[in-house]
Amino acid sequence: MEHGTPWLQMSLVYLGAAVLAVPLARLLGLGSIIGYLAAGIAIGPWGLKLVTDAATILHFAEFGVVLMLFMVGLELEPKRLWALRRPIFGWGSVQMAGSTLLILAAGMAFGADWRLALVAALGLALSSTAIGLGVLNERNLMATGAGQSVLSVALLQDIAAIPILALLPLLAVSAGAATEAGSGWWGAAKAVGVVALIVLGGRLALRPALRWIARSDTPEIFTAASLLLVVATAALMESVGLSMALGAFLAGVLLAESEYRRELETDLEPFKGLLLGLFFIAVGMSIDFAVVLARPGLVAAVVAGFLLLKALVLLGMARLLPVPLAERPVFVVLLAQGGEFGFVVFQAASSSGAIDAEAASLLVAAVALSMLLTPLLLVLVDRWLTPRLARAGAAQRPAEISEPQQAPIIIAGFGRYGQIIGRLLNANGLSATVLEHDADQVETVRRFGWPVFYGDATRLDLLRTAGAGKARVLVLAIDDIDQSVAVARLAREHFPQLQVVARARNVTHYYRLRELGVTLIERETLDSALMSARSVLELMGWQRHTARNQALRFRQHSIELMERMAPHFGDEKKLIALSKQGREQLEAQWAAQRQQQSERQARAGWHSPPVSAPEARRPDDGEA
Amino acid sequence: MPDIVILVAHPQNEHSSVNRTLLQAVQRSGQARVELRDLYALYPDYLIDVQAEQAALAAARLVVWQHPIHWYGMPPLLKLWLDEVFAFGWAYGPGGDRLRGKDLWLVTSTGGAAESYRPDGHNRYFFDAFLPPYEQTAALAGMRFLPPLLLHGAHRVGEAELAAHAELYVQRLAQYPDWPEIDALEPCAPCEVPSDARPAD
Repeated sequence: MEHGTPWLQMSLVYLGAAVLAVPLARLLGLGSIIGYLAAGIAIGPWGLKLVTDAATILHFAEFGVVLMLFMVGLELEPKRLWALRRPIFGWGSVQMAGSTLLILAAGMAFGADWRLALVAALGLALSSTAIGLGVLNERNLMATGAGQSVLSVALLQDIAAIPILALLPLLAVSAGAATEAGSGWWGAAKAVGVVALIVLGGRLALRPALRWIARSDTPEIFTAASLLLVVATAALMESVGLSMALGAFLAGVLLAESEYRRELETDLEPFKGLLLGLFFIAVGMSIDFAVVLARPGLVAAVVAGFLLLKALVLLGMARLLPVPLAERPVFVVLLAQGGEFGFVVFQAASSSGAIDAEAASLLVAAVALSMLLTPLLLVLVDRWLTPRLARAGAAQRPAEISEPQQAPIIIAGFGRYGQIIGRLLNANGLSATVLEHDADQVETVRRFGWPVFYGDATRLDLLRTAGAGKARVLVLAIDDIDQSVAVARLAREHFPQLQVVARARNVTHYYRLRELGVTLIERETLDSALMSARSVLELMGWQRHTARNQALRFRQHSIELMERMAPHFGDEKKLIALSKQGREQLEAQWAAQRQQQSERQARAGWHSPPVSAPEARRPDDGEA
Repeated sequence: MPDIVILVAHPQNEHSSVNRTLLQAVQRSGQARVELRDLYALYPDYLIDVQAEQAALAAARLVVWQHPIHWYGMPPLLKLWLDEVFAFGWAYGPGGDRLRGKDLWLVTSTGGAAESYRPDGHNRYFFDAFLPPYEQTAALAGMRFLPPLLLHGAHRVGEAELAAHAELYVQRLAQYPDWPEIDALEPCAPCEVPSDARPAD
């Protein structure tokens, strides 16, 4: 497009290719990523030659990866990230170091120069975050053991890419590296400064800034601000030579607890999707078939070799972590492939003179081919390996629900919440079809004799198999808020006869379900907290029955207040005002009751503990 | 505007053919003057909304208590309702005149047959002997206690008899207050509580 091609024409080519290839690929059961890659090959220099400059597009589309990591960060509160520190630094390092050493050894064993072998090993050890997380999202595996492990390793690779890129000039035979050595300390200081700026800025300045922007009530400006936020973070990171994606991830994590998380996600989602698509198209275009065709044997050997060596390391990790047997193929395949950072590493290595240009393009081709192979391998795994693993023994991932079910009740999510519901229903002689998405959980619960089916309730076909078309009640006990809302939406659109009984993790979740027309929602902590409050009142001298009544009254008040606030969901100021008003009303009401009570008691000369319930004196109750 | 409010209280309505039949008959008759309040459905947690109940009573001329006789009296939720809704200073005592002049009608059923409510039956008393608490409750609130509508032997009642009973119930509601027996009732005697009989509140 730098040849003066109008951008309109370019958009036509990219969008057209994507719109044609992706649905076609999905129709063939190959997944969208293969579709994008195929579209890239088709319009690239080795296909229809509609686009020739893949590198520029690749660079531009990398922003899709940046956006994706920002959104991954948004899903990950600092607390959870902190809890992941061991998998990230421990297992992530094992993967990096193990793969690098094996590939380095293999390269040198085949007589490659040690510099070339080292660069190749470092670059090939990295995996594609874009494909990895993309596939996890597409298959809804993010919350599983394998998903978290892939995320952890991918995050460490993003961090590791920084020292690797810094190391490359040192490997160069030319003396050019020496001139940069002096600026090393200054560079490191700048890098630390920028990270500190992002962390501090994210914690202190971002939320007020977003609030100020949101108050302008101009949706497109909020979208612009969301994009600006990611672009600015990326630019800051790039200016000091750090990974843009890592910076975006950091910014995402810092906003994960803010009230704008949902809005940011919704605003950026389409950009992320399209840019990621463009990124995959660019990867497809950048496969240099000239290199591949010149030495097909060597390329094939490199691809097969590094996939195999990385798979070895990953299999060992999967055994030790442990990743459930049924999830292992996905875990291995997603991390064995090369990644987009590999392109960057090889480009940088060749431009700094650490390796020659021919080797670089061969390695780039190998990485791109491995990325092309990954979705194909996944299809193979799905069709061939997973069913076998499932059949291999009882301890494996339980088979997905396949026989149509007839029970009048479906319970989606069988963790702590769903199990209580299931047990009470069972004790009353009611049968329920239970869907649970965590293979470990299914296995545990099955051991106790529960007929739980493995299945993802956010999938329409599985819901249908579970009998959603005929059932009367759907119990939504899923703990993941987004999935819970997704299932509620599916139920409303496809099974209008289903009455939904939902668990809400928090107030936001409550309102989101409310918006979808769900009325039977329980906030999961409300009742247990009220029971504790009753205990406290009892300990402070309240009669047990009075404490119960007060708790029930409070409960009713709280629910009424929630309902009154529901229409103002999203308007924070109004919500705060209403909630304050509600609290004051309740307090005033109860204070008046206490006042009345104590006056009455004082007159009657009583010395008993407070009995604050407003029960009136009854005729002939002998109190006087 | 409904001028009859029916308080239904049956702890196991799903097992009660009599109460259910009566309820369905009332609902089917679709009388706009009737407001049905099913206490066990409204207050499964026994947490009565006193204000709402008092508001419903304020608008009514006739208050109906429809419940089975359990242990010679009303089910516990209706008793709780009575304790809380017929409050001092509202239903009785100083300023407690909100129910004055209204009618109270008991529509009830017993498991035991009519013969069991005799000195020689296993319930040992005529059924009327269990009514004074109701009559006095009405009197204290300044209400007129109408002759109860009673169905004995509710477990064994035949379909036709039950249907006729329900028919009578609906008819009575529709005709109120033009009942022949109302004219024969004595005027409600004032039932003032002497001030020294109550605690000074």
